Amino acid sequence: MPAPIRLRELIRTIRTARTQAEEREMIQKECAAIRSSFREEDNTYRCRNVAKLLYMHMLGYPAHFGQLECLKLIASQKFTDKRIGYLGAMLLLDERQDVHLLMTNCIKNDLNHSTQYVQGLALCTLGCMGSSEMCRDLAGEVEKLLKTSNSYLRKKAALCAVHVIRKVPELMEMFLPATKNLLSEKNHGVLHTSVVLLTEMCERSPDMLAHFRKNEKLVPQLVRILKNLIMSGYSPEHDVSGISDPFLQVRILRLLRILGKSDDDSSEAMNDILAQVATNTETSKNVGNAILYETVLTIMDIKSESGLRVLAINILGRFLLNNDKNIRYVALTSLLKTVQTDHNAVQRHRSTIVDCLKDLDVSIKRRAMELSFALVNGNNIRGMMKELLYFLDSCDPEFKADCASGVFLAAEKYAPSKRWHIDTIMRVLTTAGSYVRDDSVPNLIQLITNSVEMHAYTVQRLYKALLDDISQQPLVQVASWCIGEYGDLLVSGQCEEEEPIQVTEDEVLDVLEGLLVSNLSAAVTRGYSLTAIMKLSTRFSGVNRIKKVVSIYGSSIDVELQQRAVEYNALFKKYDHMRPALLERMPIMEKSASNGPTEIVQTNGETEPSVVDSKHPPPVSQPANQANDLLDLLGGNDVVPVIQTTVPTKPASAGGELLDLLGDLSLSGVPTPAPSVATSQPSFLLDGLSSQPLFNDIAAAAIPPMTAYNKNGLKIDFTFERANPNPNVAVITIHASNSTEADMTDFVFQAAVPKTFQLQLLSPSSNVVPALNQGTVTQVIRVLNPQKLRMRIKLTYTLKGSPVQDLAEVNNFPPQSWQ
Amino acid sequence: MPMRFLLLFSRQGKLRLQKWFTPLTDREKKKVIRDVMALVLARPPRSCNFLHWRDIKVVYKRYASLYFCTGLEDQDNELLTLEVLHRYVELLDKYFGNVCELDIIFNFEKAYYILDEFLMGGEVLETSKVAVSVSMENADTLQETMEEYMNRPAF
Repeated sequence: MPAPIRLRELIRTIRTARTQAEEREMIQKECAAIRSSFREEDNTYRCRNVAKLLYMHMLGYPAHFGQLECLKLIASQKFTDKRIGYLGAMLLLDERQDVHLLMTNCIKNDLNHSTQYVQGLALCTLGCMGSSEMCRDLAGEVEKLLKTSNSYLRKKAALCAVHVIRKVPELMEMFLPATKNLLSEKNHGVLHTSVVLLTEMCERSPDMLAHFRKNEKLVPQLVRILKNLIMSGYSPEHDVSGISDPFLQVRILRLLRILGKSDDDSSEAMNDILAQVATNTETSKNVGNAILYETVLTIMDIKSESGLRVLAINILGRFLLNNDKNIRYVALTSLLKTVQTDHNAVQRHRSTIVDCLKDLDVSIKRRAMELSFALVNGNNIRGMMKELLYFLDSCDPEFKADCASGVFLAAEKYAPSKRWHIDTIMRVLTTAGSYVRDDSVPNLIQLITNSVEMHAYTVQRLYKALLDDISQQPLVQVASWCIGEYGDLLVSGQCEEEEPIQVTEDEVLDVLEGLLVSNLSAAVTRGYSLTAIMKLSTRFSGVNRIKKVVSIYGSSIDVELQQRAVEYNALFKKYDHMRPALLERMPIMEKSASNGPTEIVQTNGETEPSVVDSKHPPPVSQPANQANDLLDLLGGNDVVPVIQTTVPTKPASAGGELLDLLGDLSLSGVPTPAPSVATSQPSFLLDGLSSQPLFNDIAAAAIPPMTAYNKNGLKIDFTFERANPNPNVAVITIHASNSTEADMTDFVFQAAVPKTFQLQLLSPSSNVVPALNQGTVTQVIRVLNPQKLRMRIKLTYTLKGSPVQDLAEVNNFPPQSWQ
Repeated sequence: MPMRFLLLFSRQGKLRLQKWFTPLTDREKKKVIRDVMALVLARPPRSCNFLHWRDIKVVYKRYASLYFCTGLEDQDNELLTLEVLHRYVELLDKYFGNVCELDIIFNFEKAYYILDEFLMGGEVLETSKVAVSVSMENADTLQETMEEYMNRPAF
């Protein structure tokens, strides 16, 4: 059989292949030849064949059939064979194969070989891919070699020991004695690998760390070595651009970091050398900066004195101005790590960091963006946001989503004013609208609703934005919701913040209808705009157009749209009397603590009344509400929900609890609860009902106010008026104030009267009673047929995190209140 | 600072050397090679030499037609790794004399041997250029002597 072709020959041949197929063919042919050669147990050419196999393996072809051959080569006596054999083992075998265990014996023999290069091969292979079992078996040999005087073997044994420790941490103890005088070596290779070994041991075991700190006095030794490296003259063997053995310097600095962390004494001992390295290292080349970088990391991690820390941050600041991109990148990364602990120091470099946003390099931009967000605080929010918004405009799409989220978060935390907040969000929506996260739409809607004084301004800006561009769905959704809600403000031109624009009702409806038909609108967006159009029916004068639109969409193919339209249609036809109440202005929404889905609890006019279709899911744009519950409570018949719009508390449960409250009362000894909430007297309530607060024009009969309750810092005063149309109705306004130091949140006031009276509780102004008498919560109670008025009240609130509940009876009504 | 892997590949995406310092299956290795190669080859010419991939930092440097690329753990010093890559190129250059890609293609096993004298287990083994060269020379001598003795071609 002819000699197998030589390796270089094969490589040359394969490189002439012009197509992948041709190459594959050549390879398959050669593989077949190699396989048969292996089968024949040809010792002479095994080496050559395995080499060729390794080449083909690198090209991506399977070579597993050569694994056993590698083992045979390792067992051979020829150095060439061993060299290729070990290389093959490292490339083709890994600890997953059982075959590799067969190597153990060979390696053991080779570790004791007379030729150091053979020993070196064995150490190298063990140190690169030795499995836990192999490590356990051979650790003893490695330990022996660690103590040899041959520096070539010693350094290899050290790194092999590192690998053994990584694989089998329990064996660490075994190497401890051998480390005793590792650092007194002159040979840099041994020094370097010893430092690596010591680092590994200290990182893994706190006991070892303590041992090396105290008993071995490692820090002074390391400081001495480092000092020699810096101070010593030019050493051609280890010199890199004028710096002596930077690899060793960096490793020593790293070990010092571990030794000095959380240890005052060690940190103290290394302060000087760190300062020396930080100030003396040449920074014109990358290698010097590599050392400085490691020094900075060490200074920041140990208990260094503040002067040293400032020095470190300043070095990072200088890095930021360096021309070399790598160095700028590294600086930004380090600053990101230190921004939490040394916030003020990093703030000083804010302007440079912000400049890095404009860098061309993608990695740098990303780091700069992350760091910029970390630096935003109440003082610099305006300036920073300007830069960040500019960045958002011009950055690549991969950044936009993260940047938009970051902007929202920062704006929420530090917004200096509501107008600024809204402007900022508008800017994000118009520039990066398609990249914002889904939950930003409801969050923004809530923010807008709660900024009552900004409604006109907001709706005007959103309207103008819509005129420009209807492609960005989140913007369009928010805008159509706002127009539906505040369209009346838009048309009446009430904006105070900027020049009001002239818009007619028809123009507004044009825009909204345009959204419905546009191809750019998503299904969700269409739902928003249809609902918005419907809401405008109570805010605009001309309803016919709206009626038409709604009836057209009653036959839309989109099921969601169709259902909405059908129900809105029904609202026009059968339930027109309910329409104003249902489509009223939204109340202030409560927000839950986190920025997760907000728990919004109110009745709002948006919900399809349950009388029409109780199974209808609430519209997408509306948060969960309890209107259905309320209607159920009231009997689910044709009763208009009584409770007015702004109800931050839970009206449904309030109704229920009132009834319960009456159950507690035994004023007239009658156990049956008097339904003081209007279920049985719809006529009374409808008479008294109007959508505006009632007590504006009440003749102020001079009934003196009284304090109904004053306990634990909560004081409730009652003031009285007589309702104008119906003198039998006494209107009591409660004023709740809080003299404690903390706000009282979730404040709910409930009242019950004896069954001869009827009581109506209107909605409170808010449910937070601010601390230290900074404000009051007011709520209106209307009592019909007041005689000698008595009342039981129940108060619930949360103070400093714990809920408080109290019941009290109010008996001291002034006589004028019921005469 | 353990490196996870070291890869050498050409601009056309041909792998010239692969050294793995952590145990991975063949499939995983292929995936890493594919992904990292794609990321590195896509970088514009004057970008910084660092990028992030999954949870590792990738440091790469281009020398003529070859990319030298390594994956680092989070706490490793990227700037020093650039020096490590540079040192490896210098060692190759010293050994082959004005090394070019073809040298590494036709003598890949030598490139591995040099690497094994310089790094082990992802850590730097020898910081002296001279020491590495001396070891290589001596080992090579060992090789040829034996082959001469056997009176057979090396391979």
